[in-house]
Amino acid sequence: MNELLAEFLHGYAATNEWTVIMPEIMLAILALGMLGAEMVLPKNSHGLIPRLAMWGQALILVVLLSAGCSFGGDPKGYFSGMIEQTNVTHMMRAFFLVCSIFVCYLGQIYLSKQNLAKTEFYHLVIIIAAAMMLLVQSAHFVMLFVALETVTVAFYVLVAYCRNNSLSLEAGLKYLVLGALSSGILLFGIVLLYGVAGNPELAGFSRDSLAYGELAKFIELNPDNLLVKVGALLVIAGICFKIGAVPFQIWVPDVYQGAPTPVTAYLAVASKAAGFIVLLTLVRGPLAGLSEFLVPVLSFIAAVTILFGNITAVTQRNVKRLMGLSGIAHAGYLLVGVIAALTIDWAVYAVIFYLVTYLLASFAVFGVMAHLADSADANQELEHYQDLARKRPFLSGILTCGLGSLAGIPPLGGFIGKLFLFVAAFQAGLYGLLAISVIGVVISIYYYFGWIRECYFGTQVAESESVESAPLLTADRVMLGALVLGTIAIGLVPAVLPIIP
Amino acid sequence: MEHDTNSFILLAAILVPLVTGVIALLGGRLNTSALRSISALGFGIPLIIGIYLFCNFDASLIGEYNFELRAPTGLESIGIYLHLGLNAISLPLFLLAGVVGLAAGLYAMNSKAERLNLYLALLLFMLGGLMGTFASVDVFFFYFFHEFALIPTFIMIGIWGGAGRRGAAIEMTIYLTVGALLSLLGLIALYVTSGVDSFSLLELRNYLSEQPLSETVQSNIFALLLFGFGILVSLFPFHSWAPKGYAVAPSGAAMLHAGVLKKFGLYGLLQIAYPLLPEGGEHWFSLIVWLALGNILFIGLVTIAQKDLKMMLGYSSVMHMGYAFLGLVTFSVVGVGGALLMMVAHGLSVALLFMLATCIYHRSQTFDMSAMGGLATKAPVLAAFFVAGTMASIGLPGFGNFWGEFTIFAALAETEHTRWLVAPAAIGIIISAIYGLRAVANIFFGQPKEVFVAQLESDTVVDLKLSEKVPALILIIALVITGLFPRLLSDNANSELANLYPVEDTLPHHEVMTLPSTTDAHKELTH
Repeated sequence: MNELLAEFLHGYAATNEWTVIMPEIMLAILALGMLGAEMVLPKNSHGLIPRLAMWGQALILVVLLSAGCSFGGDPKGYFSGMIEQTNVTHMMRAFFLVCSIFVCYLGQIYLSKQNLAKTEFYHLVIIIAAAMMLLVQSAHFVMLFVALETVTVAFYVLVAYCRNNSLSLEAGLKYLVLGALSSGILLFGIVLLYGVAGNPELAGFSRDSLAYGELAKFIELNPDNLLVKVGALLVIAGICFKIGAVPFQIWVPDVYQGAPTPVTAYLAVASKAAGFIVLLTLVRGPLAGLSEFLVPVLSFIAAVTILFGNITAVTQRNVKRLMGLSGIAHAGYLLVGVIAALTIDWAVYAVIFYLVTYLLASFAVFGVMAHLADSADANQELEHYQDLARKRPFLSGILTCGLGSLAGIPPLGGFIGKLFLFVAAFQAGLYGLLAISVIGVVISIYYYFGWIRECYFGTQVAESESVESAPLLTADRVMLGALVLGTIAIGLVPAVLPIIP
Repeated sequence: MEHDTNSFILLAAILVPLVTGVIALLGGRLNTSALRSISALGFGIPLIIGIYLFCNFDASLIGEYNFELRAPTGLESIGIYLHLGLNAISLPLFLLAGVVGLAAGLYAMNSKAERLNLYLALLLFMLGGLMGTFASVDVFFFYFFHEFALIPTFIMIGIWGGAGRRGAAIEMTIYLTVGALLSLLGLIALYVTSGVDSFSLLELRNYLSEQPLSETVQSNIFALLLFGFGILVSLFPFHSWAPKGYAVAPSGAAMLHAGVLKKFGLYGLLQIAYPLLPEGGEHWFSLIVWLALGNILFIGLVTIAQKDLKMMLGYSSVMHMGYAFLGLVTFSVVGVGGALLMMVAHGLSVALLFMLATCIYHRSQTFDMSAMGGLATKAPVLAAFFVAGTMASIGLPGFGNFWGEFTIFAALAETEHTRWLVAPAAIGIIISAIYGLRAVANIFFGQPKEVFVAQLESDTVVDLKLSEKVPALILIIALVITGLFPRLLSDNANSELANLYPVEDTLPHHEVMTLPSTTDAHKELTH
């Protein structure tokens, strides 16, 4: 054992390059610095803190991107194989930072309407961003689990952040219980895999079977082992909870409704994206040997997820629940991409492309929701959107583009995202899943257009019923406008998003 | 690839309406006359470009495209380029889009629509999308531009639509999304199974002519394209969105959609599905024939029963699509060429009738034909135009529709196994004469109905104003030109179609035949 530890420490010392995770370290410093700033700064200048959060992260984004220019492209392992950096992880780190900036922006709008502690919100958002960035880089189950738990624990707090609202508390409790359960399932799966791969009686056993590379070799040689299959299934079940795939989706509507809108957006976009990248890394890495066993399982999950999400969203009148359930459907489309990625290499990038278009469109929609919500954040009904086009033309334009992109209408980015996914699925020969995806898209037209219809065709409502909200500042127009312009630009000239090689 | 000036002129036909549309959209504070002159540019320039390109069209480039332009947009990894160009089949539709676009635009500019700048902007976006659709060589962009043109339709119905728009708009949206997605899947399937790694129609065609797909694959992909495009063309029994949608749509949207955008599906079958997947077409032959007869006879009878003018026009446009399908199934140069002529002429006549229907509504305050009568006494020019449109739509000589239907009939009679179709198709002509003439009689002639007398006497009933006459005249002139000089379009199309629809040696009953020229047909008529 001591020999093993010594070997590990030796490898660790030889490969620890702290500079490669500099952005994550800077984020942690920023997060801590904000708590310090709250103590030091006088009360009347606490308005600086959200700005500090956003500009600080923008700066870190610049650092990350400029480091990316020198990034080679071949996968490189660091910290004794704890972390592996690839093109994908590089893109996703930027993705999470952008998400987090937008969540801070939404948080600023949300917190201005609530009587709640402010700094801690930004602190937690930034911690989650850093943890997600580490999560997608992890190449070792220990690293995976620690990063994932950091994300999840911080989300427990954020979901229940509005502690004077019973719906938010209910959402927090549900997320806590089910989140802990799913972490337990994931851990159980990891342990099973670790145990069976460490069995010296089996071919290809390894002393360090928590590392993806070692585990991949073992599974390649023992694809029919029952414990391997059970372990892999449990791991995938744990991840499916994060991405909200059926049958682990049951928490989604309640948590999405109860959580503060910015947190809902964070869960819908970043948490889901992180889950997908982890799933991609696992099924293409350590679990690749199980493809034959996993493809039918994942296909079934994808098909049911698409249908469940779309069908249940049709009857929703609460827009936060609607976003949650339609998000389940998007998880289904992305799962199709993941399955395609098992045989078609570039499908990985199709999934990332889809995630980016989903980010832009979702934040545009959530941005409008945050602006229109009053202090009762959980009660955002479709009725509140009646006649929005007349009252708030700018916001309704943003909402229309966002929803159109989510529905996959050309010339918006979401359409190109779906196009790439569909082409990849075609090349992988997933005809049945394609048919189901198309059915799903058609159903989704009904509720997305139903929402848009409320804005444009709605009957005139009395002024007192209409949503009262603060006028838009230039900064709001810039942020929301940038999201929509990005969506349109990707739709017209997909080259602006250099993801597909 | 070398780009000459004309390639960029072709690109301009797409960009000018889009740019002027953006200006109209953002320039909410522009005064009305500035708005009008900017949008007049956007509506007029595509037609001018269309005529210019028509004059410079090199018909000797068979199997190739004129004015080609190819640029990457970021989708090269899956073989997609912005690839524009015109051939002898797309050119007539490109011109059609220009003519109907100008007429719809001129009419809309002088309408009293609320938020006029948004209305004109949406029409301009639609026109830009239409020009792009028919100028695309890349099948992906062909689809993309179609969707681009489709979205404004929904919004226009939503904002300016008539009563019942909520239901009609969502029904239309869902139907058309299903159709569009099926055809997109068909196009992707074509791309993936062909293995040519390109969405360019030219490359697909060259590749597939040497290595055709197996019959099963052909018929499966053809089914996707047939039902996808079929829903978009309102093939029976997937037609119910069309009459309802057109009935509530504002006139500009109805003109451009029924007149031009709906031809997208037929054009896709004509230019893509049949030439690339001939065995698929053969496989589905009898189904298409029966569905087309459903369009002609069943919908024809439904049309007779309509009392609402716009519903009647909507159903009649659904009905006439049946003839185009019958032309396609002959798989002969004559039949397909007839379908092409018919698409152009029908586009012009249906746009004219939808526009005049709105003009009638402004005078009668109702679309109910059984509650009108005697309008010709107060509005003779309107009556004359409407009669002309109806005659064209029935297929009387002198208008382009005649040549379309006539050549389709000739092609049907040409081969043994389609000859019997002439009889039901001819019954369709009688049906369309019944509802067309009855509509004319009910609206314009006879004694006005009791409920209509007061309305007819009021001062609002005047004849067509200049702003209504000009767009109507543009459409009528175009109809007459296609009626008197169909060779302008058909001569070029003949040689291109002969290339796309080769006569197979194994089928001796297919004889090389070309579209009749004007003089030939006159001879036949006099017999």
